[in-house]
Amino acid sequence: MVGHLVIAPVLLPMFAAALIVALGDQRRPSACRAVSLANCMALVLASIWLLVWAVSNEPAVYVLGNWQAPYGIVLVLDRLSALMVALTSLLSVATCWYALRGWDTRGRHFHALLQLQLMGLNGAFLTGDLFNLFVFFELLLIASYGLMLHGGGVARQRATLHYIVYNLVASTLFLFAAGLLYGVTGTLNMADLSLQVAAAPIEDATLIRSAGMLLLVVFAIKAAVLPLCFWLQEGYRSASPPVACLFAVMTKVGLYSILRVCTLIFGSDAGAGADLAAAWLLPAGIATLAFAAVGVIASRSFGMLVTYLVIASAGSMLVGVGTFSQGGIAAALFYLVHSTLVVALLFLLAGEIARERGALGSDLLPGPALAAPVRLGVVFLFAAVAASGLPPVSGFIAKIGILQGVQDSPWAYSAWVAILVSSLLTVIALARAGSMLFWRAGAGAGAGAGASASVDGVPATAMVPLATVPAASFGPVWLLVVALIALTAGARPVQSYLDATGMQLMSPANYVDAVIRPVQSDGNEEINVDGDRLRAGQPPAGTTSAQHSAYRTAL
Amino acid sequence: MELLVASGIGALTAAGVYLLLRAHTFPMILGLTLMSYSVNLFLFAMGRLAISAPPLISDGAERYADPLPQALVLTAIVISFGMTALVVALSVRLRFDSGSDHVDCTEPLPVVPDAPLSPESAERQ
Repeated sequence: MVGHLVIAPVLLPMFAAALIVALGDQRRPSACRAVSLANCMALVLASIWLLVWAVSNEPAVYVLGNWQAPYGIVLVLDRLSALMVALTSLLSVATCWYALRGWDTRGRHFHALLQLQLMGLNGAFLTGDLFNLFVFFELLLIASYGLMLHGGGVARQRATLHYIVYNLVASTLFLFAAGLLYGVTGTLNMADLSLQVAAAPIEDATLIRSAGMLLLVVFAIKAAVLPLCFWLQEGYRSASPPVACLFAVMTKVGLYSILRVCTLIFGSDAGAGADLAAAWLLPAGIATLAFAAVGVIASRSFGMLVTYLVIASAGSMLVGVGTFSQGGIAAALFYLVHSTLVVALLFLLAGEIARERGALGSDLLPGPALAAPVRLGVVFLFAAVAASGLPPVSGFIAKIGILQGVQDSPWAYSAWVAILVSSLLTVIALARAGSMLFWRAGAGAGAGAGASASVDGVPATAMVPLATVPAASFGPVWLLVVALIALTAGARPVQSYLDATGMQLMSPANYVDAVIRPVQSDGNEEINVDGDRLRAGQPPAGTTSAQHSAYRTAL
Repeated sequence: MELLVASGIGALTAAGVYLLLRAHTFPMILGLTLMSYSVNLFLFAMGRLAISAPPLISDGAERYADPLPQALVLTAIVISFGMTALVVALSVRLRFDSGSDHVDCTEPLPVVPDAPLSPESAERQ
């Protein structure tokens, strides 16, 4: 039994953040660092426990304040949320470890913001309530604004302003959508929404579908799907490397939400809201992939190239999810794990390369020779092979999975062309970037440095002086490399876990039953006898629903 | 009443979107604020519009207002207040660090093809 451990991924970072603020990162920096890193490791342990638990059990429901669903807020741990929490925790260790090298002292409150961001991410993955999802979105966003600004400089401020405004508009749309769904169905609990939308009368279909499409737009903004992805490049490129490493999982929040809402609330059995997104996601994924491939080949700095790889990964995952088949979803989830790790690795690598090249940053111009070309080069080669989907690393397995998952859909040919051509372009772009960064080093360094000092977003003065890299600082890079190798070697058990996850998502009845179940007899509560859902935890709630039907008839 | 509230929400949203697209920080912040007002009104209206209906159990009440949208509005107000404060602080900082209140930190070049360029923009090119 997991019991209270379900809420640990939300509470641990919250208390850690409070403790770090209380300690003060100016007065006791080493204590703050220790708390932050220890908490990230505690999160990894907790999430592994949850993951192991989720393998062999039905979804676990944590009822906050013992207010039964659909009235109270619930946290739900199923295979998908356990996976996402584990991935976030792993990434948080890499981020925190990398930041200890000195990035966390470039501004204030890095570790507190990092912990709050983790709280928001884990909460968004675990919550079973639509409005609560909005609140956790805001929490992770406001922490991410602070993290994106970390390090200062006009370029960062400008990119962050764009990012904030984009996301504030998205939040407004989210509220419109949530309000509309509540107005029509009278609930915000996602499991209950699944029932209510399925049972909604046909004249409410238009309202429900508009609300669903609005939600989809909001999640598409977070996931960086084609017409809504232009906030990403500047923001991620100008963010400091450890922050960008953590942001590798941020676009996955959008994808997670699309997957959750489209399978649970707007699945194929959803009556008025059935198959809402089925016609949109696959073509949107293909278009995103095509756009990202052009961006990858056109990028003039390595940092920019990686941001386009983030968009490409969003497109690939959307192609898998858009099939709405168990195989496609499982393949997309494998790609999600792989691409999060590889993009985080590439962002750290871009940070290492930019640091060694000084004013030139990661621009693809001939620069000074790198201090540790062999070590960086080997990791670069590994990451490039993984990112472009060549064998033998996990990217190959992930891409094969998506190609197989999509082959029964009417968009199969376009999807195959988009995935294969974008892989080819990624190989070309990464090979070009690698040969420029590693082989053309030492030639014409002076001219290049002068030209690009004003181009790159990161001010040259903010860079650490060109000291030799301490061995320990390469640790987080190795951590991600080892994680990718483990993902490759353990592809079979991971894939079987993800197959079961896809199965669980395609049969939302389990999730609904776990959340909205007959209440155990507790004296004052009733037992569900004839399959009707009983409204437990009554007084205010019961009158609400009664009033609702009264208003309905009155209107 | 429904017509009044609905057109009010619509007008607020339209004004908000217009101001947001002005691409200067001050109108943009006003636009975001107007949009958050409109969404708060919208959330409130989603609990249905009812006159003299208390949201909590009270003696002699024949009908009740839905208390949940009011709680949602409260949450949304708090969040949008915090976000607005953050955007204001960042905009002021950016205004003084970059010397322009345009969201891109620089005024766009004139769109008319043969309009004479101002000295600074010509220099920038």
